[in-house]
Amino acid sequence: MSLLSQSAHLGAELTQPAPVQLSRAEPSLAGVEDYLALLKPRVMSLVIFTALAGMVVAPGHLHPVLGFASLLCIAIGAGASGALNMWYDADIDAIMTRTRTRPIPAGRVTRSEAFSFGITLSVGSVLLLGLVANWLAAGLLAFTIFFYVVVYSMWLKRSTPQNIVIGGAAGAFPPMIGWAAATGTVSLESIVLFLIIFFWTPPHFWALALIKSEDYARAGIPMLPVVSGRAETRKQIMIYSLLLAPLGVVPWLMGFAGLTYGISAIVGGAIFLALAVQVARSGDDAAGDRTAKFLFGYSIFYLFALFAVLLIENRVQVLLGYIA
Amino acid sequence: MEEGNKDNGENGIVLTEEQRKRRRARSIAIGLALGALVLLFYAVTIVKLGPGILRRPM
Repeated sequence: MSLLSQSAHLGAELTQPAPVQLSRAEPSLAGVEDYLALLKPRVMSLVIFTALAGMVVAPGHLHPVLGFASLLCIAIGAGASGALNMWYDADIDAIMTRTRTRPIPAGRVTRSEAFSFGITLSVGSVLLLGLVANWLAAGLLAFTIFFYVVVYSMWLKRSTPQNIVIGGAAGAFPPMIGWAAATGTVSLESIVLFLIIFFWTPPHFWALALIKSEDYARAGIPMLPVVSGRAETRKQIMIYSLLLAPLGVVPWLMGFAGLTYGISAIVGGAIFLALAVQVARSGDDAAGDRTAKFLFGYSIFYLFALFAVLLIENRVQVLLGYIA
Repeated sequence: MEEGNKDNGENGIVLTEEQRKRRRARSIAIGLALGALVLLFYAVTIVKLGPGILRRPM
């Protein structure tokens, strides 16, 4: 064989595509409930509730159909950010006992399916909110999704013990979005509602982190108890509770919530503080874990109760206004 | 590949009973979601534009 034909043969070999193992997509075993789980329904319920409160308390009138559609968009947007969070955090979710049964680590949904699901719902919910309510609310929803997925999940969560302090802003936006959907503006009142959830998040999450600190350490997440120790975490819970309790009363002081809310916020805040003191005084034993667990549970009740009273009181006042 | 799937040549993969059941559930859920969206878009359009949209001058 001549040199020319040899090189031509070699060239032909090189240009041949390498044999590729064609893999067929495996038939999915994902059920509807797995896709619902990707939306983090428990987080979603809090988002819906706080957004509804922001929407109802806001001055101005939003048609019930538009209000419902707006709320649906906010809920779907929040769920989409949950799906994208699970897409990005699938590796650490597989390590932690609390999260290893989630659809991706359990192998029922693939990462790419979760990603597509999350992106589709994100874009759809933002566009629909813009068309149904206004583009300020849509912009805030888009920013919330961006903040939760990119700023919190991709950046802060694995890099700083202040992850949930700054990242908590994502969970605090819903009442502001609800308010913006109803009024087209961001006012001081909606910022106060934002701040209540913002300062509620650290004691809420750190109470959980105290119980699950070994889990977080195994997954390499720099939660405060892992990095600075449990004593420092208890101190920080106390500090944030001291900020939260008076902040909870501000809606009444500003006049956009009534006396019932004011009393509820004072009593609820006092109980929150008392539990934070108990946690601060507790040790690294089973009793200490129980106290932290109780504070975690109470914190959820506190936020729900605060927004429920705000909502119900407002509706009762409107009803009394009609009757009068 | 999921245990129980068979590749029978021309017809591709034959789904197991469980896979078939779940695919059907997913399809129904997508159908219901699309139907709900149609109703929602209709209601939102009527509320935003009002019934007057049907009485516009030619």
